[in-house]
Amino acid sequence: MTLLRKKDRVLPGLSITLGFSVLYLSLIVLIPLAALALKSAELSPSQWWDTVSDPRVVASYKLSLLTAFFAALVNLVFGLLLAWVLVRYKFPGKRIVDGLIDLPFALPTAVAGIALTTIYAPKGWVGSILEPLGIKVAYTPLGITLALIFIGIPFVVRTVQPILQDMESDMEEAAALLGAHRARTFFKVILPDLIPPLLTGFALAFARGIGEYGSVVFISGNMPMKTEIAPLLIITKLEQYEYSQAAAVAVVLLLISFVLLLLINILQRWSNRRLRSVKGG
Amino acid sequence: MKMKTFKNLRLVLIATLILTVLSACGSKNNNEPAASSGSSSSKTASESGKAPKNIELLNVSYDPTRELYEEFNKSFAAYWKEKTGGNITIKQSHGGSGKQARAVIDGLQADVVTLALGYDIDAIAATGALKEDWQKSFEQNSTPYTSTIVFLVRKGNPKGIKDWDDLIKDGIQVITPNPKTSGGARWNYLAAWGYATKTLGYDEPQTLDFLKKLFKNVPVLDTGARGSTTTFVEKGIGDVLLAWENEAYLALKEFGDDYEIVTPSISILAEPPVAIVDKNVDKKGTREAAEEYLKYLYTEQGQEIAAKNFYRPRLQSVADKYKDQFGQLNLLTIDQDFGGWKEAQAKHFADGGTFDKIYTPGS
Amino acid sequence: MAGIVTNPRSGKSQPARPHLTESRAVRYTLIGIALLFLGLIVILPMVSVIAESFRKGWEAYVSALSDPDALSALKLTLITAAIAVPLNTIFGVAAAWAITKFKFRGKNLLVTLIDLPFAVSPVVSGLIYVLLFGAQGFLGPWLDKHDINIIFATPGIVLATMFVTFPFVARELIPLMEAQGVQDEEAAVSLGARGWRVFFKVTLPNIKWGLLYGMILCNARAMGEFGAVSVVSGHIRGETNTLPLHIEIVYNEYQFSAAFAVASLLMLLAIITLVAKSVLESRMSQEH
Repeated sequence: MTLLRKKDRVLPGLSITLGFSVLYLSLIVLIPLAALALKSAELSPSQWWDTVSDPRVVASYKLSLLTAFFAALVNLVFGLLLAWVLVRYKFPGKRIVDGLIDLPFALPTAVAGIALTTIYAPKGWVGSILEPLGIKVAYTPLGITLALIFIGIPFVVRTVQPILQDMESDMEEAAALLGAHRARTFFKVILPDLIPPLLTGFALAFARGIGEYGSVVFISGNMPMKTEIAPLLIITKLEQYEYSQAAAVAVVLLLISFVLLLLINILQRWSNRRLRSVKGG
Repeated sequence: MKMKTFKNLRLVLIATLILTVLSACGSKNNNEPAASSGSSSSKTASESGKAPKNIELLNVSYDPTRELYEEFNKSFAAYWKEKTGGNITIKQSHGGSGKQARAVIDGLQADVVTLALGYDIDAIAATGALKEDWQKSFEQNSTPYTSTIVFLVRKGNPKGIKDWDDLIKDGIQVITPNPKTSGGARWNYLAAWGYATKTLGYDEPQTLDFLKKLFKNVPVLDTGARGSTTTFVEKGIGDVLLAWENEAYLALKEFGDDYEIVTPSISILAEPPVAIVDKNVDKKGTREAAEEYLKYLYTEQGQEIAAKNFYRPRLQSVADKYKDQFGQLNLLTIDQDFGGWKEAQAKHFADGGTFDKIYTPGS
Repeated sequence: MAGIVTNPRSGKSQPARPHLTESRAVRYTLIGIALLFLGLIVILPMVSVIAESFRKGWEAYVSALSDPDALSALKLTLITAAIAVPLNTIFGVAAAWAITKFKFRGKNLLVTLIDLPFAVSPVVSGLIYVLLFGAQGFLGPWLDKHDINIIFATPGIVLATMFVTFPFVARELIPLMEAQGVQDEEAAVSLGARGWRVFFKVTLPNIKWGLLYGMILCNARAMGEFGAVSVVSGHIRGETNTLPLHIEIVYNEYQFSAAFAVASLLMLLAIITLVAKSVLESRMSQEH
């Protein structure tokens, strides 16, 4: 322990960097978020509870959580696939595809929403193909999920990709030499190493999806109890000049995201340590 | 000992950082004092009685008035120049009526507000930014132009929609924005409510049932009036759009012959009022110009521009000139038939109001 | 995160070793599925934006982009990014240094808090600044007395943008610097190098791609943010509209192709930087 400490102090700059980080974090993120909590505290506990337990609010939480969850799940599978294809295989146009992965980060969410609605609405390019099959995308929970898949895909790909890239091939080689089938090698050797980044990507996509607004309002249809997402309800409360109620709805949303992120960070540290100790031993 | 120097160092560093950040903020704010000193110089100019050189007004308005005020601002600037010799620039901000009112409440420096409904201006007045009886400041309830709610249907009216009771039939898709977020949608809702009340013999449960059926036919509730028009026109969804009369005519103008307007037997007199934000004009010293600006809306030129943009003018001479443009119908008013905005808002659109009942599960 | 080229092995693509890869059929199927997914979710919307923007021809496209309101929106967007990106970069480097080179209590919490803006609804990100600086907000009366405008002016837009893009650089650097450990820096220190020198000569060359990538993402997001900025902007034409807000306005004026034209400009900017970065990066790794 003492050894470690001494070693730590070899490098300069802990106080300046940590001090600056904490200060900046407080100014930009923590103090404003505290204002939100303070505003919602203007309600009495029973008013607070009435606000967040209103059937319409509960329905919107459910919708936001469920669609974000399924979108993150889809992204988990396809994000892994995309990362795998981009790291392991060669094909023409790979660099461009790699660059395109980040597009959802960069495209204004409103533009994404408008574009997706244009394509998947009943008269759109894809919507008109799906409509006769009885599949409705725009203005249903499916449409919301689709928009959230768009928003979340880079999170999974970009967390898995570097780990996959840095992965040593010795273990795979050993498994292959021992006669393991390729699929078995993947599930027994490669996948376990990818679980921490997959979880992180999943959590980020999930957390982002819960709060997403711009891309979703265009495609969701906004029907109360059916396709009304929680962030829209915050806006609705604001339009009625109910600031503290809006803040209360937002605080719950924020707590869900925060707990989720914290859980994942702890889980990741834990699995990292376990992995290291397994490999070290 | 080492720890101590560490701590000192940390303190110094944090102090410098705070200073840097503060000075950065300070420099950022420099833009603002510069801008406000610009307007305060115009204040001294107007106080000295001479023609102010450059005045800037901010008109915070709702969505459908973009085209109206684009034309009106040009005309007013020319008029102002002729009258005072000074230049006036009018900046515009558009958005959902409630959202715009909220921005002004939160500090958007509007000189005048021209919103979709009096309720939103009442909300601003409640913060003390303008006097409570603002609606008495200008003629005609401070509403220089009016509008109403009509139906926009697809060419040839394939579903044969003539009046409100056609909207609750099976297989009709109705497009309207969400009354909780859109001022226009509140007029839609009240117009439908008024029709149902009158035809169903003032029976409230039946009226509510009528609106339930109506909203069952609504596949998409956009957040604003423009969003609904886009859904109907661009996305091709729905058989009928409930719209401001001026929006419906504008859609005809923009999108040609694919649509036609149906005027129902009963609708509501939509009164989008205007007001001066006392707090802001006094701070900026722009009251004189702001008053002149809103008064100009009532002049023949102003009324003509309103009528050209499909708002119903108040001035008789202009109204007669554009008589053929607007369909004749029976108009309810918010004050007489709904007891004013406060009452209507509490009864229909507040949480737990009739609109929420429509979407209560199991009903 | 794709910018990581620390492992020399990963610079080159994997050599084809038959027992370590899948059969041709499997490979092509996987590539096919991946591209189909990407096509439906990402590429198709992009193509539709471009198709829509040229629906009225080149002239309409150019005039949409040279509209004075569009230009002033572009200016504001660039100013915003020019303030938000450097500040967040400095923060990102500082935070990553503290977190990866040292041990201290509460590190998990700090990392989580840095991630938090990712998860905060854009609507809420705007709202918190309104609650703080708005006329009815906690600091509102004080600001009003001193005639300082934050909300509905450039500072508010910059703040909201900084919040939304807060984690990008730090997020990019933390795993990278964690993987690199502290050996290089410690060696430099034991050879007598001092603080900044260690950073510029040893750390920076190691993280430059990750850093650049983080900045590119931060910048792209800063220029494209819609929800949060929309809450604090006030939408004054030619004054407080950023490009994404301008797009919404033009779209609401039924000038659909003009709206998509401006959107395509933002999108092309993003694509060009992203592709350029990935080409540059492969050049550099080949030189090694």
